[in-house]
Amino acid sequence: MTETTARTRNATDVLLPPATIGAMMAALYLIFVVVPTDAFQGPVQRIFYVHMAMWLATFTAFGLVALASLMYLWRRAPEWDRRGRAAAELGLLFCTLGLTTGSIWAKPIWGTWWTWDPRLTLTLILWMIYAAYLLLRSLTTDPDQGASLAAILGVSGLLDLYLINRAVYWWRGIHPAVLVQRQGGSGLADPLMRVTLVVCMLAFFLLFLWLLRLRIGAARLQDTVEHLREQLTASA
Amino acid sequence: MFALIWKDLQIELRTKETLASLLLLGLLILLVLSFAFDPTSELRATAAPGVIWVAVIFAGTLGMNRSLLHEREHDCLHGLLLAPLDRGTIFLAKTAGNLLFMLAAECVVVPTFVFFFNLPLGFTVLRLAPVLLLGLLGFAAIGTLFAAISLRTRAREVMLPLLMLPLAAPLFIAAIQTSAQLLAGESLGAVTHWLHLLAAFDAVFLVVGWLSFEYVVEQ
Repeated sequence: MTETTARTRNATDVLLPPATIGAMMAALYLIFVVVPTDAFQGPVQRIFYVHMAMWLATFTAFGLVALASLMYLWRRAPEWDRRGRAAAELGLLFCTLGLTTGSIWAKPIWGTWWTWDPRLTLTLILWMIYAAYLLLRSLTTDPDQGASLAAILGVSGLLDLYLINRAVYWWRGIHPAVLVQRQGGSGLADPLMRVTLVVCMLAFFLLFLWLLRLRIGAARLQDTVEHLREQLTASA
Repeated sequence: MFALIWKDLQIELRTKETLASLLLLGLLILLVLSFAFDPTSELRATAAPGVIWVAVIFAGTLGMNRSLLHEREHDCLHGLLLAPLDRGTIFLAKTAGNLLFMLAAECVVVPTFVFFFNLPLGFTVLRLAPVLLLGLLGFAAIGTLFAAISLRTRAREVMLPLLMLPLAAPLFIAAIQTSAQLLAGESLGAVTHWLHLLAAFDAVFLVVGWLSFEYVVEQ
């Protein structure tokens, strides 16, 4: 266990916060001032830009959990475990926000908060898997063991993803009405809409990266403190 | 491996604990769900495939929790781990044991289900059998793996369903859809894609469990 305690501040750490804040401001300006109101859906459609942006962060996060789990089982490096945990926490956060914004959008447009559309079902199941992942971490007695158990869950979650995907599509595949409506309803007619979407996705993705780095750094410090405390009690 | 299965079977034959609890719980869930749907309504026939799977799944979850708790009492697990065996073999033996117990319990639960829901006996049993076999195999594999994992946590009994049920979602969807279509009189050919999905699920979790059991039981 040779870990550097001093955290080096490199260029990414310095540039990420102002870039995130700048992109966020630009996104807000574009959404509320610049972009034209959707002809069919009215002002409520503006939530779409935020909603879409959540999914990029969510799926990157869950992909990272799977990768970190695999790497942890293979290499047994605590750094991979910290990455996996941080990504799972943030993925769950963005997933929750994505489901919430989606529901708020769906209520006036589809007339319901929730439908058992394949995509929604898949996301809900994913949310539950990663909630269980975090719960497993907090309920294990030995942190090292918790890390490998959670990694097994992370890997099987990835393998299961394809099956879940097939199952929910076949299950609800007979009712494609919502999807068609969605694609037809939110077609981004105006080029400004596309620009807004890209800026918004970028802003939330930067926010995700920033939070991820902060979270991994915090976990690293926590482990260092834990390590030092063990050394102290051992020498005392 | 067969010695391990035989050991579990012998314990069960002597105590009849797991089988009795699996059976009673399965029957009770059938009873509760019978209360949930009006006995005179048409809804019952539509709900029937769902009902049998809810009974199978919840009773099975409890049964699998028991199967690994056994090993923990009196430190039997340590004894097992000391044996010159591949960890994957222990997993496969435990899965086989769980599958056998669940199948044995279903031998009583399914006829009772037929009885309560007023279905044709031979037709129902014949058509449910392949789905039950495939579904329970995957369920035993994923259940054994996650029962071993939840054994390592503080809230053991609660953790198993929390960890397993979301991952087993494709299994449930496939099993319930297949049962519903088969009971509605569809041919086997109409549900091949679901049966393939069930088989794929079984294969994935048998392999994952077999490979990762070593990490689960390590001290």
